[in-house]
Amino acid sequence: MAEFPFYLFAFLTVVAAAGVVVNRNAVNAAICLLVSFVGMAALFVLLEAYFLAVLQVLVYAGAVAVLFLFIIMLFDVKGGDPRKPYKKIAAGSGLVALALLTTGLLSLAKHGQLVSADPATVPAAGANLKTFGYQLFTTYLLPVEVTGFLLLIAMLGVVVLSKKHLEETEARSQHSGGKV
Amino acid sequence: MIVRLSSSIFQFPLALAAAPLAPVGLNHYVLLSALLFALGFFGVLLRRNTLVVYMCLELMLNASTLAAVAFSRFNGTMDGNVFVFFIITVAAAEVAVGLAIIVALFRLRRTVQLEELTALKH
Repeated sequence: MAEFPFYLFAFLTVVAAAGVVVNRNAVNAAICLLVSFVGMAALFVLLEAYFLAVLQVLVYAGAVAVLFLFIIMLFDVKGGDPRKPYKKIAAGSGLVALALLTTGLLSLAKHGQLVSADPATVPAAGANLKTFGYQLFTTYLLPVEVTGFLLLIAMLGVVVLSKKHLEETEARSQHSGGKV
Repeated sequence: MIVRLSSSIFQFPLALAAAPLAPVGLNHYVLLSALLFALGFFGVLLRRNTLVVYMCLELMLNASTLAAVAFSRFNGTMDGNVFVFFIITVAAAEVAVGLAIIVALFRLRRTVQLEELTALKH
């Protein structure tokens, strides 16, 4: 497997992810999130999961990131995050988490050497779209149905969440003499 | 102990710099996934904007899918890929509902800053 593209896209993804965390402005953070998702899709291509790469771009970069941008536009919050110091307990928990994560990453890099076969000898099961469809309609038929139902429930939930407030404002505006 | 730890901390960037010589294996992908997860985790801990915290949650979810796809690829199985398919679907539903909740919260409280949302505290 090619080394250079992996390091390129890994760097891109990590830098964009750091941009999401560091950026004070929510719009810039959303754009960084978009870049990170695209980098992840490229990594999926390198892992020969082509269908998932397309899905990643369609669903995450196409729908999720755009939805975030849309909601930011809806809020229209000016100025970004205030520059306030963190509370002592938040800063302390952040430091403890940083120490634990550094230790974890170090030990993973040093001792957690996973046995990985040469990718040339292992068949890339995810590359075959036919296998994917076959699996979805045989082994994973019930999860597919459940996921479809979940999507329906999510849609209904979003409608209810958005609609309830409308009724409230209508009631409030009627109460205050029809003025919105 | 501390000396050994600090020396290994100094060796870590060196190991990363020397890494391009090594062929990319499962280890690299898992390490990258852990790094992305850690970045998202810090975003959730340290950011104050509800929307950005939610973005960082998505980042963490995405990092976990990378690990699943990498394990699936290097073991020659299909299951990890199918699992990631379901994760992406559920994540899309989750984002829709979560953002609807955040919008409802914003309409009610006129803020998205986490420190001002202290209704459960008092």
